[in-house]
Amino acid sequence: MTTTTLATPRRRRRFRFGTFMVYVVMIIITLFWITPTVGLLVSSFRPADDVKTSGWWTVVINPDKARFTLDNYRTVLGLPIPGRSSPTGSSRVGMDVALINTLTVALPSTIIPILIAAFAAYGFAWIDFPGRRALFILVVAMLVVPLQISLVPILRDYVALQLGGTYLGVWLAHTGFGLPLAVYLLYNYISTIPRDLFESAFLDGATHFTIFTRLILPLSTPALASFAIFQFLWTWNDLLVALVFLGAEPRVQVVTQRLLGLLGQFGQEWHLLTAGAFISMIVPLIVFFSLQRFFVRGLMAGSVKG
Amino acid sequence: MASIKYDHVWKRFGDVTVLKNLDLDIADGEFLVLVGPSGCGKSTALRCLAGLEEITEGRIFIGDRDVTDVPPKDRDIAMVFQSYALYPHMSVYDNMAFGLKLRRVPKAEIDRRVKEAAEMLSIGHLLDRKPKALSGGQRQRVALGRAIVRDPAVFLMDEPLSNLDAKLRVQTRAEISKLHQRLKTTFIYVTHDQTEAMTMGSRIAVMRDGILQQIDTPQNLYDHPANMFVAGFIGSPAMNFFEARLERTDGGVSVVVGKEFVLPVPASKLDHVSSHIGKTVYFGIRPEDLHDAHFVPRGVDERAKVRAAVNVVEPMGSEIYAYVENSGKEFIGRFDPRSSARTGHTMEVVFDMEKMHIFDRETEKALT
Repeated sequence: MTTTTLATPRRRRRFRFGTFMVYVVMIIITLFWITPTVGLLVSSFRPADDVKTSGWWTVVINPDKARFTLDNYRTVLGLPIPGRSSPTGSSRVGMDVALINTLTVALPSTIIPILIAAFAAYGFAWIDFPGRRALFILVVAMLVVPLQISLVPILRDYVALQLGGTYLGVWLAHTGFGLPLAVYLLYNYISTIPRDLFESAFLDGATHFTIFTRLILPLSTPALASFAIFQFLWTWNDLLVALVFLGAEPRVQVVTQRLLGLLGQFGQEWHLLTAGAFISMIVPLIVFFSLQRFFVRGLMAGSVKG
Repeated sequence: MASIKYDHVWKRFGDVTVLKNLDLDIADGEFLVLVGPSGCGKSTALRCLAGLEEITEGRIFIGDRDVTDVPPKDRDIAMVFQSYALYPHMSVYDNMAFGLKLRRVPKAEIDRRVKEAAEMLSIGHLLDRKPKALSGGQRQRVALGRAIVRDPAVFLMDEPLSNLDAKLRVQTRAEISKLHQRLKTTFIYVTHDQTEAMTMGSRIAVMRDGILQQIDTPQNLYDHPANMFVAGFIGSPAMNFFEARLERTDGGVSVVVGKEFVLPVPASKLDHVSSHIGKTVYFGIRPEDLHDAHFVPRGVDERAKVRAAVNVVEPMGSEIYAYVENSGKEFIGRFDPRSSARTGHTMEVVFDMEKMHIFDRETEKALT
């Protein structure tokens, strides 16, 4: 008895110290990690003159001298700024247009590959057809092909098909580049769904299509959501594919191109870049947090006895 | 309502033959249990009937209809899986209604059938729950309910009780039997558990290595096993087997296991064994046909007696299991609880030779 009463507090103290150290290390890493982002955020609210003459940390060091403004955001979004004439024509930043363009690119580029890949993954996982394995290996092997080397051949085909500079062209390109990973991820998930479920559904009178829509899609939400986040972030942040297949005209420019443009030829306008960067971050954050709740573990719980 | 016929069915997976010339007739309304050790092909036989596996050769009939090439959904069968295979994202109600919805049964009819089945299985209060909120026994009932609402011609069950704890298993066993009496539909039930087979089946088919060994009523299977495998598989504790010689002794024929282990063959069995006199055979006797010499039931001939050393005694309350030994052969007896068998002592064991079994040494087929 005595040994246990003695041992318990000591063990607890050691445990507390360990936990404490873990927290300290985590806080230090987090601070390192978010400092640049905080700097960017602070800068985005500072007037252009301040940004150009002093560092963002002066706000922290001399809080009483700090000045804040929303002008950077107004300029970037093309909103009127009090006391100044609204910009028109080429001087307009046009981040709002770029946001819409990017959504036009990113949403279909996320949904199309998910649909195709889910069908394909189901086929690879559960439908027996000759050459299934070879085909699957072929698809997965495409994961190692860097997309850069396929840009020129695809662009030449697009020119022949008159798809260059169209949204359809970008959607198809993103779809193609995203499919190998999508098929692989979804295959891994769908193939772990217990066989009994399918067989039970077959006996219940389901066709492959009903099984797919009524069982596979609802049961695969975690995998679909995780891929959707990957693919959305990737297409949202993409510069290269959009530049090559959509072009750089202001009418079709995506956010990343616009941000690059904001920097100005000599980098003289980077106070606008800070605001633009934060605006471009909002949408991915919304997507991430709205899909994150689908990462529920144990969605299969209760279907079969483990 | 339908009879079932397996007509010379073969099933191969690559080089492995799982079903070898399975020939089976199952009457309408029968409760047939397919039993055997794991890998004997019993589940495959069931899956072939369900249409989940294509058969390599032969035909399968449900009623008069040849269903060999009919897809599973059109075979008018329902199956209960070992894992239950409930749809995890659907409520109990939707799980049960799924098959009917796919068959475009009118909504009111679906509702009526689901509620009726739920009532029958006393899961009416669970209809809104998801499977993960149910206990093992409740899930099992939902799986049964899903089969019942379909009102199929044949119920197939693939080890439906093996995931339940022992008490629930016994209870559900009785409920499935009741269900069969109530529905009067053909049931085919796969299990590796011979107790389940004995208690539930109107007939039992014993399988081994893809070959049907014997099909008969539980009692006949127990009393008259066709071969050593069936004799050893059915019954617990298992039948005792001895390698022995049939020899002519003064006044008759005896089973000679060892020098001090000679048992006279009763007159009623002489005809069966006469062809094997002078040959080595396998002699089999069930543990309950051995008796403590002090407590021999009336009518049992006490002359077939052997003195044996007691190795282990297991009191079960209503009886005693004793592992005893003579001539280097250990065997088990189920003795009267008053028996004086004590570990390390010797006792006299009486063999009820009217209940003996003799098997051919080569074919392992029963002679008696």
